[in-house]
Amino acid sequence: MNWDWSHVDDFMPHFWDGLRVTLEALLFGSLIAFSLGLVWAVAQRSGPKWIAWPVTAITEFIRSTPLLVQLFFLFYVVPSWGLSMSPLTTGIVALGLHYSTYTSEVYRAGIGGVPVGQWEAATALSLSRRRTWTAVILPQAVRRVVPVLGNYVIVMLKESPQLMAIGVLDMLGQGQDFSQTTFTYEAISVVGIAFIVIAYPASLLLRALERRLVR
Amino acid sequence: MSADSNSSSQETPNPAVDGSELIRFDKVTKRFGSNTVLDNLDFSVNSGKHVTLIGPSGSGKTTILRLLMTLMKPDGGTIKVNGEYLTHEVKDGKLVPAGEKHIREIRKNIGMVFQQFNLFPNMKVLRNITEAPISVLGLSKDEAEERARELLDMVGLGDRADAYPTQLSGGQQQRVAIARALAMRPQVLLLDEVTSALDPELVAGVLDVLRDIARSTDITMLCVTHEMNFARDISDQVLMFDSGRIIESGSPDKIFSEPEHDRTREFLNAVL
Repeated sequence: MNWDWSHVDDFMPHFWDGLRVTLEALLFGSLIAFSLGLVWAVAQRSGPKWIAWPVTAITEFIRSTPLLVQLFFLFYVVPSWGLSMSPLTTGIVALGLHYSTYTSEVYRAGIGGVPVGQWEAATALSLSRRRTWTAVILPQAVRRVVPVLGNYVIVMLKESPQLMAIGVLDMLGQGQDFSQTTFTYEAISVVGIAFIVIAYPASLLLRALERRLVR
Repeated sequence: MSADSNSSSQETPNPAVDGSELIRFDKVTKRFGSNTVLDNLDFSVNSGKHVTLIGPSGSGKTTILRLLMTLMKPDGGTIKVNGEYLTHEVKDGKLVPAGEKHIREIRKNIGMVFQQFNLFPNMKVLRNITEAPISVLGLSKDEAEERARELLDMVGLGDRADAYPTQLSGGQQQRVAIARALAMRPQVLLLDEVTSALDPELVAGVLDVLRDIARSTDITMLCVTHEMNFARDISDQVLMFDSGRIIESGSPDKIFSEPEHDRTREFLNAVL
């Protein structure tokens, strides 16, 4: 097999399209996962039972079913209820929702790691529930878990090609498309290298962040 | 400014209660599992008094402070602050467990300093002190900061307003915690073994601050401590606890010099 740079040149415009889709899915998926996960965690910790219990049930359910199944469900079943989204939006929602059930566990651990004395001091100062969460508990909890949350971004990057299943052309989708129509392998190789080029520095960054934040 | 936090409950007329009585425990019982920590406890504290609770560990002293701070709930009996029920409220002539709002309102009159300081590590010293006055009492940022700086000066840390708690020694952290509690202008200050977690050389600084507060303010103090000399200095009254009951009470001179109860004598011999 001979490496042919001209195939790489031909593929690059498609690659950039795919990269944009991957990064978009990653960015918005992470934002959903981070914010929704926080909602789950706080609801489970301090919400009334009639909220905490369903939240636990739903998150357990989502976490123990494959992302692929959720993608199909959102793409094929939900539109029949009248809510239709573009494939990319569907993919972002599925990715965000799926990983929110993991980040929620991360937040829960972070919240549990805040010493009980912090809650007691907040009570002793008569801080409202809201203020206790936003000013005292969450800043301490989130700080502890930023590196772990970052790890999930890398995991999501690597899982994002699953969006192909509902027709989203991410990096890998573009690479596969190109390779199958031209019977070449350069495009797939470029995509593989791109994953490493994004993921490895990101994990180095996280390790640096961890040293700074977790003492 | 101090009136804001205190006036509402002080102005409530309650003829059934002696005006000078600030805290009343009425048949208060607290159990942890099968262990009864407080057993039908009755006692009261008058406004402005400094009361020290002594006794062997596990005798229920800290539980009293934690009940008053509503960090735990009694299993039986009632607690009144300023003539108002703390963990109960009267609805349709019946005594029912109080809602969160009622508890918060009464609790504003009470401040607490903890053994482990419990400063908020994510906030600078100044913000530790201004957070509650701003978000709970509704002070403006300027008012709250002015109050905080005065208090920091009082505890001898006027130059550490912009430090984070972890940059301070234990003694300094505890002095900030005292300032933080006082910034709410509580009527009652609860001191829960505030020097027990400190290195010996840092204890004196904290006790000096507390002596100063006891002398120069009319704040009511409830103090659990093993520092008997300090207890002797500041107390109007000493309560000796054993197994969830007050077995002896009186002036510090009486308790420390001529205790009546054998158990008190044994305890004092062991700690002095």
